[in-house]
Order: sequence, then C-alpha cells, then structure tokens
Amino acid sequence: MFRIARRGVAVAAALALVVSAAACSEDSPGGNGAAVPGVTDTSILVGTHQPLTGRAAAGYSKISAATKAYFDYVNEKGGVNGRKIEYKVVDDAYNPAKTQEVVRQLVLQDKVFAILNGLGTPTHGGVLDFLKTNKVPDLFVSSGSALFNQPSKYPSTFGFNVDYVTESKVLANYVKKTFPGRKVCFFGQNDDFGTDALKGVETVLGPVAAKQNYVPTNTNVAPQVGALKAAGCQVNVLATITPFTALTLGTAAKLGYRAQWVGSSVGGDFVGLSALLGKPAPLLLEGYVTSGYLPSPLDEANPWTKLFKDINTKYNGNTPFEVNTLFGMAVGYTFVQALQAAGKDLTRSSLLEAIEKGGFEGPSLVPMRYSKDDHSGFSGTQISVIKGGKQALVDTPYVTDTGSGPVEPYTGTPATPPSSGIPAA
Amino acid sequence: MDRFLFLTMDGVTRGTIYAAFALALVLIWRGTRVVNFAQGAMAVATVYIAYSVSGATGSYWLGFASALVGAALLGAVIELVVARRVHDAPPLNAIVVAIGLVLFLQAVLGMIYTNEYLAFPAPFSQNAVFAGVSPYDVFVFGVVVALLGVLTWLFTRTPLGLRMRASAFAPEVSRLLGVDVALMRTLGWVLAAVVGSLAALLVIPTELGLHPTAMDDVFVAAFTAAVVGGLDSPAGAVLGGLIVGVLLSYVGGYVRSDATPLAVLGLLVVVLLVRPGGLFAVPSARRV
Amino acid sequence: MSGMANSTDTATVAPAPPRARATTGRRGNTLLRHVLIATVVGVVVVIATYQIEPFRNYQLATIGAYLCVLPGLILLTGFTGQISLGHGALMAAGAYTVALTPDLPFLFSLLAGVLVATVLGAVIGVAAARLHGPYLAGATLAVAVSVPAVTTTFDGLFGGDAGLTFAVSPAPASLGAYFPFERWQAWITLLGAAVVMLLLANLVRSRFGRTLRAVRDDEVAASLAGIHVGRVRVLAFVLSAAGAGLGGGMFALLAQSVSPGAYGLTLSLNLMLAIVLGGLGGLRGAVWGAIVLVALQPLADWATSGLDADPALQQRLEGTLPLAIFGAALIVVMTTAPGGLDALVTRALRRLRGARRSDPAAR
Repeated sequence: MFRIARRGVAVAAALALVVSAAACSEDSPGGNGAAVPGVTDTSILVGTHQPLTGRAAAGYSKISAATKAYFDYVNEKGGVNGRKIEYKVVDDAYNPAKTQEVVRQLVLQDKVFAILNGLGTPTHGGVLDFLKTNKVPDLFVSSGSALFNQPSKYPSTFGFNVDYVTESKVLANYVKKTFPGRKVCFFGQNDDFGTDALKGVETVLGPVAAKQNYVPTNTNVAPQVGALKAAGCQVNVLATITPFTALTLGTAAKLGYRAQWVGSSVGGDFVGLSALLGKPAPLLLEGYVTSGYLPSPLDEANPWTKLFKDINTKYNGNTPFEVNTLFGMAVGYTFVQALQAAGKDLTRSSLLEAIEKGGFEGPSLVPMRYSKDDHSGFSGTQISVIKGGKQALVDTPYVTDTGSGPVEPYTGTPATPPSSGIPAA
Repeated sequence: MDRFLFLTMDGVTRGTIYAAFALALVLIWRGTRVVNFAQGAMAVATVYIAYSVSGATGSYWLGFASALVGAALLGAVIELVVARRVHDAPPLNAIVVAIGLVLFLQAVLGMIYTNEYLAFPAPFSQNAVFAGVSPYDVFVFGVVVALLGVLTWLFTRTPLGLRMRASAFAPEVSRLLGVDVALMRTLGWVLAAVVGSLAALLVIPTELGLHPTAMDDVFVAAFTAAVVGGLDSPAGAVLGGLIVGVLLSYVGGYVRSDATPLAVLGLLVVVLLVRPGGLFAVPSARRV
Repeated sequence: MSGMANSTDTATVAPAPPRARATTGRRGNTLLRHVLIATVVGVVVVIATYQIEPFRNYQLATIGAYLCVLPGLILLTGFTGQISLGHGALMAAGAYTVALTPDLPFLFSLLAGVLVATVLGAVIGVAAARLHGPYLAGATLAVAVSVPAVTTTFDGLFGGDAGLTFAVSPAPASLGAYFPFERWQAWITLLGAAVVMLLLANLVRSRFGRTLRAVRDDEVAASLAGIHVGRVRVLAFVLSAAGAGLGGGMFALLAQSVSPGAYGLTLSLNLMLAIVLGGLGGLRGAVWGAIVLVALQPLADWATSGLDADPALQQRLEGTLPLAIFGAALIVVMTTAPGGLDALVTRALRRLRGARRSDPAAR
C-alpha cells in the first residue's frame, strides 16, 4: 500500500510538470486558414444523418440512397466545377442522442463541408447549436418544422420540406372550397407536426369541431377514430406519418366509419399507402385527398420524373422508384444547384450567400422561398385526389405563408430539367 | 354508454392479444426463470416466415402453420445454442443475451426484408359487426381461449406437462426422479416460442404492418401485463393482459392518447404496492 | 506513455510523504489510495486532452458522462442485485433540470439536477424496495417508457417531443481564446466522473459496502444479522439515482439540448448493457462499459466503411450490418465471459503474471 502511495505521488508530481508544459502550447484558431473544410480541388465531402434502422427507417431510409445516386450521376459527368461530391450517410436510428454523436463525428472528425438533409425534428433540432458554433452550413433539413427557419438565430440552417403550417393551410383551403358546411375535425401526431398542422387548419377554417392525437408508440388508434365518429366528423384532416395514415383508414373502415380523409404529404401517397393497406387499399383510399410539392413518381409524362427514374435505374440499383426516392433526388439536385450558384471559389459563406440569393428552379411544383429573411423551403403544395385507383393532381398549386396571409393559386410555369440533367452554373 | 361499451370491447380485443403474448413470457419464466426480452423479435421473425410462405403459396393458413413450425425450431435452436449457456449465469446476463438476440434478429430481418412496413393480412374480415367487434376479433378471442385451454390441459393433465412443471420448480428433485430437466427446458422454450409466434400472427394484422420492430411495443405492454398478473401464473397473464388492454383503451379514449404510458405506470405502482409479486402471486415458500 | 515510464523511474528517488494517519487502519489507506489514483489518472487525462482532436475529446467527454451514471448502477445491480431499466428516466430528470435552469451557473444547475433525480429516485426506490427481479425490472421499465409521455403531457414546460435547447457558457477566457469547447466538456464530465468514482469506491470498501453485498447474497441472513434490508436497498437506489442525475446533466451539457427521444428505453437498456458487459463485479466495470458505449459508433462506422457493394445491396446492409455484428458480439461475450470485460481483462492479466511467477491470485 505504501509503495503504491509513494509511487502515485511521484507520478503525479512528474505529470504535473508535463501538463503545465502542455498547457502552454497555444491552441490555434481553427477554420481561419486558407483551406475550406471538406473541399479540395477535386472533391467536396458532405455528410448527413438518417434513420437507416428502426421504426423511422421505413420509407425514409431510401432518401439518402437516392441523393447519393444523383451525386454519382453528377460525378460521372465530371462533378461540379471539377469537384466530385462525396456523400457520407450515417445512421442515427432517429435517436436524438445518436444524432449528437454522429453529427459531431461528421463535423469534427470527417470534417465535412456541410450537413445536408439531416432528417427529423427532435433529432436535427438538437444539433442546431453545435452546427452554428462550428459554422457548418446546415442545408435542406428534412422536416417541415418552423424550427429550421430562423435566419436570425441560426443563419446557416435552411429547411427544405414545405412547412407543416403552409401545407395544412392549403389543405384547409381546399376543404373550405370543396366541402363547404361540413363538420371538419383533426387527427394528428402529438408533436410539432401535429400542433403546427392544426394551427394551419384553424387559421383558414377557424376552430375544428373535434381534435384527437396519437403517440407513435401506441398503435391502437381505435379510441381516437371512434371519438371522431362519435363527434359526427364528416371531413378529417390528418397530420399522420404514413403507417399511421394507413392504420387510421383501416381502423375507420373497421368501425364502419365513412368520412372524407384529407392527409398531409408526410402521410404518404397512393403507392406507399397501398403497400401498407394491402388488398383493400383501392376501396379504402378512394377519394383520399392529399397534397405535394414534387411531381408524382408515377407521372411518367413529367420530365423530372423521367430524368430521376432513369438515374434511379442506373445509379441506385434499380430499387423501387417511389416518393422518397424522388424526394432524395430533388435534394441532390437542389444542392448541386446551390454549389453551381456559389461558383468556383467554393467556401462555406459563398454557399450560404448563394442560397440566400434564391431563385432556384427545379423539379418542384411551387417556388422555393430562400432569401435573406426566409430560410424555409417550398412555399406551397398542389392538391391531389385518389380516384378510381389513380392519384391525380387537382387545379393549380397553391402558395401561402405561415401567418394569416391568404392562400393563393400559383400560376408560374413549371421548370423543365436541363438536357444534361445537371443544373447549369 | 355506447362509447363506454365500444372502448371496453376495443380494450378487451387488444387485451386478449397482450394476454397471449404475456402467456409466452410466463411460460419461459416458469420453465427457466428468465424473462425473455427476445420474445418479440423471435415472434416477428416467424411472422416473416408466414409472410414469405403465404406470398409464395397464396394460402394464409399454410403461412400460419409454417410460422408455428418455424417458431418451434427457432425456440429450440436458441435454447440449445444460446440460452443454455447463460442459464447458470446471473439473471442480467440472460437479459443482455436476449437484447443481443433482439438486435441481431431485427438487423438480419432488416437485411432480408428491408426496414419497410409490409402488409400482413388477416384471414377474416376486420370490419366491425357489433360494438366495434369484428369477425377477426372473435377469431382472435377464440384462439386465445383455446390456447389457454390447451395449456391448462397440458400442464395439469398430461405427464409431459407435469414433468415440465416439476423440472422448473424443483430441478434437483426432478433429476433424481429421472426427468430429463435439460430436455424439459428446451421444450419450455419451444412452447413459449410457438405461443409468442401465435400472438404475433394475431396482432400484426391489427397493427402498422410487418416490420422488424413490430412487436417492441407489444412486448412492453405484455411484459407489464405479465408483471401485473404475476409472472408465475398463466391465469394472471391473461387477466393482466385484459386489464392493460382495457386501461389503455379507456385512457386513450377518455383522457388523451399520450397519457397512456403514465396510466400503465400508475397501474403497476398500485398493483405492485399492494401485491409485490403481481395479482396472482404464488405465496413464496422461501420466506422465513 | 514515455512520460509514464520516466516518472516511475523518479519514484525511487522521490521522498515518501510522511504517513501521519498510518495508524487509522485500512479505511484511511483506501481513501488516500483512491485519491492518489484519481489524481494520477486525472493528470494523465488532462494531458491527453491537449494531445487529441476535438472529436476524441468529445468521445472522452461522453465516456465521462457515462461514468457519472454507471458506477452507481453497478452499485445498485452488482452490489444489491436490483435490476433497474429506468435509469434513463432519472438521467432525463437531471438533464431537463439543467436545460430548464440556463441562467444558473452550471455547477448549480447540475446540483439541482442531481437533487431532482435523487428525490425522484427516492420515490421510486421506496416503492421498489419490496420488488424483486423481473417485477422491479417491469416497474422501472414502465418508468423509462413514461419519459416521452411526461414531456408531451407538460409540453409547455418540457418542449414536447422536440425538447429544449439552451445556451452553455463557453470555457473560461483564462484558458485561451481558442480553447476547444470539446476539451472543456471533457474536463467537466471527467471531473464529475472522478468525484462519483471516488465517493463510490470508498463507499464500497466501507462497512456500507459489506452491508450491500450481504443483502445481495442472502437477504434472510442479512436481516438476521440486524441489517434493515429495505433501507439498504432504498439507499442504494437513491445513490444510483443521484449519479444518474449527474450523468443526465452532463449529457445535457454535451448536447446543449434535451429531448425525450434521447432518454427513452434505448438509453436505459444501453446503460444496463454497459454494466453487464463491463462487469458487475466491481466499479472498474463501469469504465469498460462506458468505453464500449462510446466505441460503438466508430465501430459501426468502420464496419460499413468498407462496404462498396452495388447500391441495392448496400441499402440493405447500411445500418443493419453494424447492429447485427453488435448483437452477435453481445451474445458471444456473455456466453463466453459471464463476468464481462473486467473479468476477461483480469483473467488475461493474471495469466500473464502467472506465467512469470506462479503466485496464487490475491484479491
């Protein structure tokens, strides 16, 4: 025991000398040098966090693969300004604790140039401050939460998806025009998705007749759907994720409850919902109203769909081409567009300035909002209705704001893809 | 009143399934003194077997049967290869091994079938006929009642069941009497795996769909049910399952959906404060 | 490392400190020894934090945060035999307290977090004192599952599912203008870990430690020996809850944010995995456990980095492959080394030493 003690004191004394020496060594200011993190003359390293495993992986795990496929396509054609894009995707299993870890790995260890399309409100919301402190461009967050549109607080963070308020205002506007006088109710997820969507609906329609919510960990929605039925709701606006949209429609059918269902773009399209509902899908989905801001993956006549489908066949192992694939490609396209706009001398600030200049035209049905004071993505959606086993767009796209502004038709002509499939500089 | 009846029936149908799954947990606990945290993942794996077989043959029942056969095999393999090795280790080791199994099984299922939700249909109509109860619910109820009957008969009337019980409660004495305790333990796992698979086959058509994690939440509810009822008692598992199912339905319907975990916690606190070994606790002989 | 060798050489020259309390018996020795070990390890670690990259510092900080929780959990599970699946919830209590008191100096909000978790732990501990094995596991599991429910039910306070973010003050200016925040984080969490380890290491060696083991090994015999079994169990639970509160506060510091998803059942299960994998036999197991939890991500990264299969196959393997490997590793380690990594290392060291001189292993 004595020996240990004696040795210990000696070691400590010796080490104390070393540490005082080490402490004198100055830390250098990082990131001020000439080199831009993650960027060389021939490459750009970008990272993202996505749920590749666990519950949230359903559907969403296809997004990053599609983005990567688009980058592979661009790289094959020479990249952007001679730089090839490397896309590092890490799995966070939709666990905010894991997101903390993997984003730090991407930024501090892999030294990525930017974080692109990080998915989820609670997951990505937790790393905003870290990304801000490290001055990492945080582009096109995969969430419709208002959290990601705070230019004054988080100047380097940009949203992508149409925000929940805007989309539900467009949906509510359609309900108001198409189903006047009906009893409208609301069923949503118990997080910002649900509360924001409800806010949008009530901005347009006034207070709803009844509202219910669900937690994603409780898969019995019969009590809530039963309550909507008991309240005599005729039109139900849903803020549900795809599996829960299917569960809600199935449960309503089980209870013999017929109503008009109006779902958010987050809640799935015809293909996704059909896969979940199985055989009775055509019956259950007849008349289902939803909306979107990107062309349908089934719409072969749309030049964007055709372009992305070809890329999917060649660069994404010909995996099923669906909504999330198209979304991932759109993310890739928009990012390349931003890189082109930033020009040859790519730096973090030149990229951010280029996005704040806005004016991006791409596969979307509505314009993007990017400007100095607005970091949110798409400005509206277009309604589509499922009829006779087909999902068809209705009317024109509508755009609005997140406040009490009017919901107005958008009449601009949609852009067509450049012949190379790569946005021009 | 209508609403009350509806919520009650809804709770009972959910509770029946929790009961079936809780039974599987009780079977393994009685046989090996292990809470099998991998029960859910094992059961999901067998439902994927049913999915593949049904998809290939077009017959629901062929898939159903192959899931049960697959479950028996899976139960036997896991007992022989893995569980046997941790039987004499501290109880937590068994839980950690089970969690390892969960991760492994879910990952492998994800590799084979992807992490998408797959549609797994019910064999009967799920449209409600009376008070929210559908023919499929009646089928589920019938299966669980029959299961309970078979298990009771097995454990009280057959020599095999007697041997299984004996080797669980008094392994040393049983061994002396010539009972192959190790074999009985394997059989316990087989039986539990089959019951768990049955429960998963019944519950997944009413859920979000087939997914590697599809039984995670059911496991939590069923484990709670088994604890409420008393882990040594099959009857307790059934009662616990029904109580949990009805409670979840009432709270979801009358209060709000996101308060349900708090209600379950409250239930556990109340029950365990009064009866620390669950409602059907066996009076402990080991107490001095 | 060469510094280490040098200083052991100087040990022979350095004068031994006068041993004033040599007569007070083993207890004094133990305390002194633990303080010394902590000091030495502390100095080494502080030096190390200057030599490594910010990301390694962050990993070190995470190890430190886990090391605030895990020793208490080993005390609870390894020494009194209680299984808790709910310590993630107690960590949430500490983390949310820190997040809700951004205006207090960090030390105070940290202490407040410890206090809240301790009170909560006392409530759970009293209710759980009569429960055994799986019943306790089931009850605490329900606690873990309730975290999101609490935060969404009182979302005005806790920010619901998205949680809360808060500002953390940077490292003091006296440390230099470019002192990396990650290094500062590492210092704080490791200091917390050192305090926890020191306190518990002494506690385990004390009379109370023997009482704990007596309760675990044979409750009946312990109560015959005059030990109030229930009180001992509650006390162990409260102590571990305090550690969890501290650890939770540290995690809040690391993330500068809290959300229910980060403190759910996965965290509670991870904590349990860590202590069993590390080894429940002694507090050293906590160190191994913490290292394992932090090493998982780099290992997963490594496992998929070599993947360059065709895109369709790659999509199936990304994410799932590391999980499958981790699951299989858990099974293999637990079936081949029931005592966990600590026992494995001890065995290996003993074999090494045994090769040199056949000395009966001393405890």
